[in-house]
Amino acid sequence: MKMSTIRDLLGAEVLCCEENLDHDVFSACGSDMMSDVLMYVKDQAVLLTGLTNPQVIRTAEMMDMRCIVFVRSKRPNEMMISMAEDDGIVMMATTMRMYDACGTLYTNGLIGTAAHV
Amino acid sequence: MSDALVFHFDVDGENFTSAGQASTQVKKNLRQLGLPPDIIRRVSIAMYEGEINMVIHADGGTADVSVTEDCVEIVLKDSGPGIPNVEQAMQEGFSTATDSIRSLGFGAGMGLPNMKRYTDSMEIDTEIGVGTTITMRVNL
Ligand SMILES: Nc1ncnc2c1ncn2[C@@H]1O[C@H](COP(=O)(O)OP(=O)(O)O)[C@@H](O)[C@H]1O
Ligand SMILES: [Mg+2]
Repeated sequence: MKMSTIRDLLGAEVLCCEENLDHDVFSACGSDMMSDVLMYVKDQAVLLTGLTNPQVIRTAEMMDMRCIVFVRSKRPNEMMISMAEDDGIVMMATTMRMYDACGTLYTNGLIGTAAHV
Repeated sequence: MSDALVFHFDVDGENFTSAGQASTQVKKNLRQLGLPPDIIRRVSIAMYEGEINMVIHADGGTADVSVTEDCVEIVLKDSGPGIPNVEQAMQEGFSTATDSIRSLGFGAGMGLPNMKRYTDSMEIDTEIGVGTTITMRVNL
């Protein structure tokens, strides 16, 4: 799925690295606990989270993730945006709640990690 | 080995915002060395979990990473409270983290198990009131 499709499906606002939106991603995970995200080293490219502190970006960096979606209208601060820009990570914000955002992406073909493990 | 490359970092225990900076830097350094991506990922995730632990459980410490021909070794050393029961701490889901740490996304009790899973060997040397040293190796 292209990241631009994620934006469209979630009605999300892109916050940085717009130039990477036409890259493809193949799986995603949603969590507010970073160690849960760090558990599955498979190629999850998208992180959906309601958490906004710099550790979200670092977790994505460690996992080589390409995209972070903030749910429930959460907003990263300037420092987080510049960290993500340095790493080329696309960030977007949606008003959707976690369950709805994940469900929408999943039913449109962006699978989770269970299918990989 | 004499031609080991070594990196040293001080990990600030006061500052949750900067936690993980050492791991981010190591990831960059290992990329420059041209190590395989899956090795880099395993090293940086394991180190990141350990670095976060030093900040949330032990007031910071030091991190030393050395790269030799056959492995990457990460040594995380702190002068924190020590771990009373290592076997228990290693269990998935065991955590003494407070609710405020949990609201920051950590304290799921998966850090030490993740560190073990991503490395080829892990040793915990800990003493109550003295500190903890964790040595992890990822084979090349
Ligand atoms: N460096 C450390 N110093 C003291 N205690 C630690 C340290 N690292 C881990 N611990 C203890 O081990 C427990 C489990 O660690 P971990 O698996 O990383 O889970 P979490 O950090 O989510 O609590 C921690 O809750 C803490 O009690
Ligand atoms: Mg931990």
